[in-house]
Amino acid sequence: MLEIKNLHASVNGNEILNGINLRVSAGEIHAIMGPNGSGKSTLAGVLAGREAYEVTEGEVTYMGKDLLEMSPEDRAREGIFLAFQYPVEIPGVTNTYFLKAGLNAIRKHRGLEQLDAVEFLSLVKSKMELVDMDSSLLNRPVNEGFSGGEKKRNEIFQMAVLEPKLAILDETDSGLDIDALRIVADGVNKLRSKDNAVVVVTHYQRLLNYIVPDFVHVLVDGRIAKSGGKDLALALEEKGYDWIREEVENAQVNG
Amino acid sequence: MIQTSNSTYDWVASTFEVFEKNLNGEAQTNVHALRKHAMERFAVIGFPTTRDEEWRFTNVAPIAKTCFSPVLAYSRGATAADIERLSFARLRSHRLVFVNGHFSSELSSLESLPHGVIIGSLAAALKSHDDLVNQHIGKYASTEKDAFTALNTAFLRDGAFISIPDKVVLEDPIHLLFISTGSDDSFVSHPRNLVLIGKQSQISIVERYVGLKNNVYLTNAVTEILAGENSVLEHDKLQDESTNAFHVSSLHVHQLEHSNLVSNSISFGGALARNNVTSMLAAEGVECTLNGLSLATGRQHVDNHTTIDHSSSHCNSHELYKSILDEKARGVFNGKIFVRKDAQKTDAKQTNKTLLLSDEATIDTKPQLEIFADDVKCTHGATVGQLDDEQIFYLRSRGIGETDAKDILTFAFASDVINRVHVEALRNQLDAMIQARLRQGRLSESVE
Repeated sequence: MLEIKNLHASVNGNEILNGINLRVSAGEIHAIMGPNGSGKSTLAGVLAGREAYEVTEGEVTYMGKDLLEMSPEDRAREGIFLAFQYPVEIPGVTNTYFLKAGLNAIRKHRGLEQLDAVEFLSLVKSKMELVDMDSSLLNRPVNEGFSGGEKKRNEIFQMAVLEPKLAILDETDSGLDIDALRIVADGVNKLRSKDNAVVVVTHYQRLLNYIVPDFVHVLVDGRIAKSGGKDLALALEEKGYDWIREEVENAQVNG
Repeated sequence: MIQTSNSTYDWVASTFEVFEKNLNGEAQTNVHALRKHAMERFAVIGFPTTRDEEWRFTNVAPIAKTCFSPVLAYSRGATAADIERLSFARLRSHRLVFVNGHFSSELSSLESLPHGVIIGSLAAALKSHDDLVNQHIGKYASTEKDAFTALNTAFLRDGAFISIPDKVVLEDPIHLLFISTGSDDSFVSHPRNLVLIGKQSQISIVERYVGLKNNVYLTNAVTEILAGENSVLEHDKLQDESTNAFHVSSLHVHQLEHSNLVSNSISFGGALARNNVTSMLAAEGVECTLNGLSLATGRQHVDNHTTIDHSSSHCNSHELYKSILDEKARGVFNGKIFVRKDAQKTDAKQTNKTLLLSDEATIDTKPQLEIFADDVKCTHGATVGQLDDEQIFYLRSRGIGETDAKDILTFAFASDVINRVHVEALRNQLDAMIQARLRQGRLSESVE
């Protein structure tokens, strides 16, 4: 589904990603972990098409297409979804209006009929239950005055409505209490299928107790320093990130 | 060529002569004395220049150097289909139509009115209710300093006259439609409206100014309103003149005890528009809300001047003016709030926000608070900015195209004001007009 080869990216001339290689197939969950500043969010942003990031080298192929050539909206229409670390507030635009505009743009791209208000509402209702979201949030302006937990839930709710092929969760767990974390994780698990894939970007192992990854990758200084199974996340939780950095340095000395 | 103030006065004076001759048998009336005094004032004041602080950012030289002549008699000029199109969809209203400043009884329509309510033309009221008119006209809009009010008063002839007795609630809004139809260039209309609202009465007024052709004309309107004790008034104005038109208007509201005013001033059209809104909070416990929204593009110039005069205690005023400026449009906002010595416990809040959609659009914004009382709460704030990149990206990341994303955000900025209009049919129409303008990619192009 997604293949990243030797990806380099910089922000304002500072190189943040330094040769990422990653392959994600349908049905898989990948966790990307790493210390602060290792490039996790940059990777998520590059995949979603954030313009502040400049790709200087490498390629990304998504469903056989050159992802980096695509506009952010076309990526969404082709099935990529980014759950934002810091969802932005949009005064004056209600959640429903926003989501309907997005969903219908995606449906149009895929040659599907536009949903009318009634169809949209019944879809929305079933998806709200999935993330245990209060229906009053629907008619409020997007994220305005939402608590941190409500904002993150709203992201997963949008994901449920838009049904992406590839979901990228950017630190969706940070700042959540354990109840909210469970709800968010449950939502993600219910949306899992053999046809879609999830990339979970996180600083903490805690989320991975609930969303169990098939692969864990550790990002250090803009490259994947180590990959493994879910046990790797536990090792990181226990020992921190320093030992990985040492391993990398030793490998460089020996190699 | 250098224009002297004399030469601009010349064309005004000569058109006044023609106008005066056209008035039959009015020479001895009170209102004519008012006209002549206003003309004398204009001769002294002349058209303002940018050296005048009140007109620093708005150059009216194009008006001063054009010889505008008043339309002396009514001619139909607009069709029933025009009226249908310009009367907001499904708006049940008492509708007065004015063509080039003259009342059109054939295009107007009134629902049944409660006893004692007068809704009609000022020209008729000057004959049938001259005492009542003379008691109030010119009392709230002063000709002493403002050249355009002086001009309007000098050429005062027609407009709406509305008188509401005590304890009357009018369910349907009063819709005043001012149409400029002339095919020749350089004509002017001076609509003059007088509205008297009795104690504990409630009305809504929608004023709409519109041009049917793309010629150069000037609308110079003055509306005076007396809001009686504990009365409730919503005044909505839609300035929707044609592309080459000049529009100057002044709304003066005199608010008595516990009266409640909501003014929504929406400005879309014209080459140059100056909208003045003034409210005198003359007695205790008054509520005054002034909202405004301007959309301008191309080389349009739109200037909003507001004055809220807190002269009594325990009054609240709340003001929100927004502008959306594209291309080379220029906006001006000047918001005066006076809090007089006796106006203790005043609570006044003013907000001005501007969205610039191009690098070449500009806004001059000036809050002007003059406070002479010591136990008051006054706040003001002004922001000027572009669309937020992070918000645009968020919308795009959900599949919404870039242009649509920008339109959604621009519309949201505007709807903050539109949602404050209580007259539903007008609100829906404004929504549709803004959406249509956004779809066209040019804010000011006519959609009708």
